[in-house]
Amino acid sequence: MPIKGWIEVNDLYCKGCELCVAACPQNVLALDLDQLTPKGYHPARLITAGCTGCNICAIVCPDAAITVYREARQKNKVAINA
Amino acid sequence: MMLAEKQTMDLIYQRPESLSDAITHYCPGCTHGIAHRLVAEVIDEMGLREKTIGVAPVGCSVFAYNYFNTDYVEAAHGRAPAMATGIKRVLPDRTVYTYQGDGDLASIGMAEIMHVAARGENITVIFINNAIYGMTGGQMAPTTLPGMRTTSSPNGRDVELSGYPIRMSEMLATMDGAGYIVRRSLHNPANIRKAKKAIRLAFETQEHGLGFSMVELLSSCPTNWKVTPNEALTFIADHMVPVFPLDDFKVHPAIANLKV
Repeated sequence: MPIKGWIEVNDLYCKGCELCVAACPQNVLALDLDQLTPKGYHPARLITAGCTGCNICAIVCPDAAITVYREARQKNKVAINA
Repeated sequence: MMLAEKQTMDLIYQRPESLSDAITHYCPGCTHGIAHRLVAEVIDEMGLREKTIGVAPVGCSVFAYNYFNTDYVEAAHGRAPAMATGIKRVLPDRTVYTYQGDGDLASIGMAEIMHVAARGENITVIFINNAIYGMTGGQMAPTTLPGMRTTSSPNGRDVELSGYPIRMSEMLATMDGAGYIVRRSLHNPANIRKAKKAIRLAFETQEHGLGFSMVELLSSCPTNWKVTPNEALTFIADHMVPVFPLDDFKVHPAIANLKV
């Protein structure tokens, strides 16, 4: 099973430029047209499952609006304990 | 996502501490933001936040002093390298860098940048090349591509009338005082990673006292190029990279073998 990831977009910084939407290798990002940020842009959102936490959206984000999480690797921890 | 579920997740990336909480005034999709973020990440990684002094230019990045959690000063148009020279000579233990655009560095600030490299001042320059004057409304810059339409060259840059684009990195690499001169681009994730490594090596050059260091970053200006942010990145890859080749023009031997 692929590694599970999760991103959070800070609406204060997101300007809806869509660079992350185009760069996402899993195509799981899109602008949320039902919402507006305080600056009046449609913010980017994770729209479906399949994020792997690869960090590419955060690398291309010009406003450092994205925080990336990735599932902790249990296998490695077991190996270290053993 | 539930809190319990989030606790099993590793934090992979978050906003660097060296960036302040301020919202930038840059247009959506402007790669100035990416360059700011890379500089902030490098300052964090090297632990230089308390001893870094930045010098802001005039141009779109004139408010850079609001966006970094480091000390910052604002220079007159084009004179950031001269101001950085003074700061570095008075406070040689600090890390001093300037952040300049192409109008600031390659046009009005041409004399300052050439002489700072000739003197081999131990400072770092982050040079944003977007082939246009962004802040004043998209006029032709010294780096505008031949045939490129701007508000002051509406029929495209005529090389018979206004000459050819200036390649700053190649020119500065001929200076004996320069320790690290490279050109990178910000148009896709792979190149952004390479750009970050180059910025890191430029700061390492300064920390090792090896002379003048500059990273030229090919950058986009969606608003004044009149394209969407993603089309602007394609424009960099298709039109700017052939004119401004991505390369290491001068790397001090002591930096070439450094692993970061």
